Amino acid sequence: MATVYINDKPVDIGTERLNCVQAAERADVHVPHYCYHPSLTVVASCRMCLIEMGDLKDGKVTMIPKVFPGCQTPVKDGTVIVTGDYAKRDTSVPPLAYDPKYVPADRAKKAQADTLEGILLNHPLDCPVCDKAGECKLQDYSFEYGRGETRLVDEKNQPPNKPELSSKITLFTDRCIMCTRCVRFTREVSGQAELQVSSRGHHSEIDIFPGEPLENKLAGNVVDLCPVGALGSKDFLYKQRVWYLKSTDSVCNRCSTGCSIHVDANKDVVFRLRPRENPQAQGYFMCDEGRHGYHHADSTERIARPLVRRGDKLVAIPYLDAAQEFRNDFETHLRLHPGAVWAILSPFLTVEEAYLAARWLKGKSQQVKLALGHVPMVGEDDTYPKDRRGRPIQPVKFTIRAEKCPNRLGVEAVLRHFEGSVVPLAKAIESAKRGEAKAVLLTGGYPDPGTLNVFAEKPNDLMLAVTDIFHGAATALAKYVFPATTFSEKEGVYVNYAGLAQALHRSCKPPLEGRSEGQFFMDLAQRNGLFNAATIRKELAAEIRYFAKLADGIPELGVKLF
Amino acid sequence: MSFEPTLLARVNKPDSHRLVGYRGDGGYATFETALRDKKPVEVVNQVKDSGLRGRGGAGFPCGLKWTFLPKDHPGPIYLCINADESEPCTYNNRILMEKDPHQVLEGIMLACYAIKCERAYFYIRYEYGTAYRVLQAAIDECYANGLLGKNIQGTGFNLDVYLHRGAGAYICGEETGLIESLEGKRAWPRIKPPFPAIEGAFRKPTIVNNVETLCCVTQIMRRGNDWFKSMGVPPDPKNPRDAGSYGPKLYTIAGHVNEPKCVELPMGVSMRELVEKHGGGVWKGRKAKAVNPGGISMGFVDVNAKIKDSNLTEYDIPLDFNGPGRVGCLGLGTAAVTVVDDQTSMIDVLHNVCQFFAHESCGQCTPCREGTGWMLKITDRMRKGQGRREDLDILIDVADRMGIIPGTTICGLSDGAGWPVKTLIRKFRSEFEEAIKSGRRSVVKSLPLVGIH
Repeated sequence: MATVYINDKPVDIGTERLNCVQAAERADVHVPHYCYHPSLTVVASCRMCLIEMGDLKDGKVTMIPKVFPGCQTPVKDGTVIVTGDYAKRDTSVPPLAYDPKYVPADRAKKAQADTLEGILLNHPLDCPVCDKAGECKLQDYSFEYGRGETRLVDEKNQPPNKPELSSKITLFTDRCIMCTRCVRFTREVSGQAELQVSSRGHHSEIDIFPGEPLENKLAGNVVDLCPVGALGSKDFLYKQRVWYLKSTDSVCNRCSTGCSIHVDANKDVVFRLRPRENPQAQGYFMCDEGRHGYHHADSTERIARPLVRRGDKLVAIPYLDAAQEFRNDFETHLRLHPGAVWAILSPFLTVEEAYLAARWLKGKSQQVKLALGHVPMVGEDDTYPKDRRGRPIQPVKFTIRAEKCPNRLGVEAVLRHFEGSVVPLAKAIESAKRGEAKAVLLTGGYPDPGTLNVFAEKPNDLMLAVTDIFHGAATALAKYVFPATTFSEKEGVYVNYAGLAQALHRSCKPPLEGRSEGQFFMDLAQRNGLFNAATIRKELAAEIRYFAKLADGIPELGVKLF
Repeated sequence: MSFEPTLLARVNKPDSHRLVGYRGDGGYATFETALRDKKPVEVVNQVKDSGLRGRGGAGFPCGLKWTFLPKDHPGPIYLCINADESEPCTYNNRILMEKDPHQVLEGIMLACYAIKCERAYFYIRYEYGTAYRVLQAAIDECYANGLLGKNIQGTGFNLDVYLHRGAGAYICGEETGLIESLEGKRAWPRIKPPFPAIEGAFRKPTIVNNVETLCCVTQIMRRGNDWFKSMGVPPDPKNPRDAGSYGPKLYTIAGHVNEPKCVELPMGVSMRELVEKHGGGVWKGRKAKAVNPGGISMGFVDVNAKIKDSNLTEYDIPLDFNGPGRVGCLGLGTAAVTVVDDQTSMIDVLHNVCQFFAHESCGQCTPCREGTGWMLKITDRMRKGQGRREDLDILIDVADRMGIIPGTTICGLSDGAGWPVKTLIRKFRSEFEEAIKSGRRSVVKSLPLVGIH
């Protein structure tokens, strides 16, 4: 049992090995920092986390007359930490017995203000045109800990910007505060060490090696890691002021890792995705496939209205009419030959959506066949870090999975419950080819156009209904086409490769007349009211044991189902 | 009584840099005796008892440093020899390496034997081309004569010495910066702890010693502790933290003197004696204004400033490990004495200092990276006659807040960058104020070319 005192407040840290920043976090005291990041090595160079330190022994506090970098200094039993925020301490806690001559936080506060003065010396202060403004640590800390005026009357250093740094990232060299987080990331996590520091002293710059731009699949993370506006994502550059963005917790749908993300959207347009720290899912980062993989959501090519075949043409008709027409048609097939009706559940459906579809169909007839939709696989699992030659090295810190869908496990669990086993898509296709299938509901929701190209040769009498995001071979043959929704337009649960169930939250409306698949299946099943994920979740948790843990809601970081 | 140099005794002798010459003067006998008759711990203890303090600048007791190595470590343990002598006006290591490399190598062998190190890395600054070639020849001679390599003289002791050339950066003289550079990385000093003795080069226990320190080791082992302690200044009884300043020391005299040179003297010679007697006095018949006791990072003394309660001025302070500290300097440093004559503008001196440190700051810690750059910009402007009175306060403020003493940086470079600035401004403030008021420019286009090499 080790007790550490942070701004007088005792915190029991047990046997954990913590540094001052982490220990202070336990006492709800934030120690400002730039270069420190929990997933990277400590360099203690930004000197923003400076604190005062001492020892409590026999009721007496001995403070050391200098400041320490909090990120680098470990704490032990009896360590006394005084941060620059001492004045904002919890005054209900009695103060420790400091030396009467000692003024708590005097040194730390001055040191932090001095550090900020230093950092801002050569900073261009171009916040009005900087993308980071509004979420910039330099703004935040300067406001909180800095001084209001500069004493520099000389010219600032103006190193040239480096848009050639990467195809996806640009460097505003003059805004850089040299925390070297990006450099350490490329060395320690992505591993290929594309970034480096060039030059010395106040002319130090982040740079690439000539002709070797930063192009690895995790590169986008350096933009998130950058505490100031130096590294900018070209994808997001000048698109939106961050204070207009509404951030929603969600899950990336680009592979079965299921990275926790923030979806930053404004007025139903997604502007960027950012990784959300989740040790159970992926850690601190996300890959660029996922990060830049949201553009399908606002594509103009999307299927935005229900379409029904009239002759050889698909004609847009109002949603309710289309849904009713389809339901009548489908339920006729269900009545006449239930054994020849198939529903293909896509691994892009949420658990709730898959459940609602299965519940509806199996409620009509036990003979309806359910199968798992196409599971896109690309290459092999791609692990990081890699060495300079691109070969993966141990220990693995990030994996981009070959399975490019978010919810195979969740849909499979639903299928196993209703169908007894997971029937592969190939069986449904075979059955259709042999002319045994009469009606097929094919759900999609694939973010890449052309993924859903099964049933290329449709038997003439097969009634095919498709829900998908983009037109393709399947929709060309379909009698009914309904718009599918993507991750930013849904409420629900995805289960990742490791059985971690995480909640998606809706941040945007579906396009035009689109409705989420959850609502669609409720409408088809003629269940009253609007789709509510939590209600459906309760229902399915009670029915399917695999999902029992979902009954009480889902914590922010998700819940492990097994 | 005249003083007989020992460290420099062989300089200028014929064949001083060759093994045959060194052998002729009884060289390597000490190492061979130690190898045969002494246990490593005996060597450590003798060096520890001699009171030898590191000659690299910080003055840390050498033997004590050796004892910080983990006990019974399975190895490897490394020795790094710090020959990245980049402090302006310092060249004492260079003379040792160029003129008497075997003395250095014997010190390395003794040290390696003492700390059970089988691999020593000799980190030499790039600019020392001659020293590099002389040392490499000396190392080759040692290999050829069975003084280095495997199973030296049948005792089972192995030692390899690798000569490594730096790429020209002051920061490589900082021991962890040196280690990083040796490992092939950017010379960014490491955060401490762990200290190199626990985790140093290639993450193994490492001792970093200066060239002159190792020469002292050679002489201590040859002549004994009584000889070593017969010179220098005993510890100050009033200061329990003072370890004393024993032994001979190489002082380099540079700047505005008639005879710039490197002399060996017992520790504790006064600055006045050093400059007036050994350096031949200030040049052109002028008087000294400011003197720097040990490389510019140690700060400056005002020659005319009286020391409180005595007839002496700051010029009379003894050059031992404590002397310069008593007049506001950082310490003895490398004992490179630089003299500034009374015709020199202190703004130019200040600018020169700032330029050096702004150029050499590694750029890792914010206070030093930005502070040194800012100080250069201010002094640049002052030289153009556009200084402001408040600039002096800003300079002192910036200089005061960076360094490992206030705790705001990783290494001591920034203490050294701030110290000359604040000592200069505090001691010569009236001159700075007068210069600012007059708006005098001291920028000259360029100095006339004296010669090429």
